[in-house]
Amino acid sequence: MIIGESGSGKTTLLKCMVGLNEIDGGEVLFNDRNFYDLDFKGKKEIRKEIGMLFQGGALFDSKTVEENVVFPISMFTEMTESEKRDRANFCLQRVNLQNANDLYPAELSGGMKKRVAIARAIAVQPKYLFCDEPNSGLDPKTSIVIDNLIKEITDEYGITTVVITHDMNSVIEIGDNIMFIYKGDNWWQGSKEEILRTENQEVCDFVYATKFMKNLKTKF
Amino acid sequence: MKRAFGKPEKLSLYRARIFEEMYSLGIGSLGIVAIISVFMGAVITIQTAFNFESPLIPPYAVGVAVRDTMILEFSPAIVSLILAGKIGSSIASEIGTMRVTEQIDALEIMGINSAGYLIFPKIIASVLFNPILIIFSMFLGILGGYVFGLMAGVVTDFEYILGITYEFRPFNVIYALIKTGVFAFIIASVPAYHGYYTKGGALEVGRSSTKGVVYASVLILAFDLILTQVLLV
Repeated sequence: MIIGESGSGKTTLLKCMVGLNEIDGGEVLFNDRNFYDLDFKGKKEIRKEIGMLFQGGALFDSKTVEENVVFPISMFTEMTESEKRDRANFCLQRVNLQNANDLYPAELSGGMKKRVAIARAIAVQPKYLFCDEPNSGLDPKTSIVIDNLIKEITDEYGITTVVITHDMNSVIEIGDNIMFIYKGDNWWQGSKEEILRTENQEVCDFVYATKFMKNLKTKF
Repeated sequence: MKRAFGKPEKLSLYRARIFEEMYSLGIGSLGIVAIISVFMGAVITIQTAFNFESPLIPPYAVGVAVRDTMILEFSPAIVSLILAGKIGSSIASEIGTMRVTEQIDALEIMGINSAGYLIFPKIIASVLFNPILIIFSMFLGILGGYVFGLMAGVVTDFEYILGITYEFRPFNVIYALIKTGVFAFIIASVPAYHGYYTKGGALEVGRSSTKGVVYASVLILAFDLILTQVLLV
């Protein structure tokens, strides 16, 4: 998980990781393949292995829920129409979204949009899942549902998931390895248990900013 | 522009998109093109008849004027300008909204050439369908002139039909269709470019839409002059 204050560069880093932003220096390695050293075809191959959950869902407005999920399947597989529909329905059921196939994104709630976006991201069985602030704009209950869904999918499909967030509840719920970004730098890195014990002032200011987390600290 | 004409990931999906765009950009514009063309044909007929007072000008000249105005300039250029407003703003705002809501990023993440997937079908649909709209406009403009000319009593049935068939040059229609093809390319590509490179939020989408329409309109007028000079003179 990548955490940090607003404007610290989390989303920029994520966009660099998935090739949406050009990088000034460094490497982005996918199984030892440096994304930025690859030609257009090589980059395209890696992008087929990436699923991404955008902050606002980024569902295609002109397509229904089912069409949104079918879209990547149509683009990259040779499945028949019924196979595509079956796969889309499987993915939608996996995110607990039934009977919404014919709805348009404008008719969905924030949480439903995120779930459709997850279903679309896993439709072609990616190896890497990138999530940009999956909880933004969601109520606490729905946030937990989305967090758990990301965790379950990560374990179930054996994929590598990178989550950008500033929500410490998410970090506690689903975080394994945590990176704290401060003013555009990798300021601190460690496990969920370590971040709760760290003495690093900037990290502490961020982690224990809320009363809930302060109370949690006293229990440690 | 190079990316917009890149190799399609899946031809069948692009083909489906071209038909979708033809329906939305082309069929969706039939109504406005029909209304404007009929009324412009009628107005040109009545104004021309009103201005031809000299006994030296034969009455069938009204039909000639309506035909040549509609075929040479009104249908290809003025209707294209109207379409630049209608279609151009729709293209720029659609693609601009997709940009600011990260839908274009989502396409890129899927390994899809977003410029090709979004812009290429619009250009092809526009270049293929606009000539049909323009021929439709020519026909309705001349028909409108006929109907309203007779109703206003400024021209007779025989004179009007004689006028629209008098020394008809088929090349004029070809000239109009060449212009239409070039204008159709401008109508789809210029607003698409401005929409695709939108940065920011809703306000910038509006700005991109306005820019797209203005630049497309200016380019249409410039190419109208250039093509007229090259093809007719």
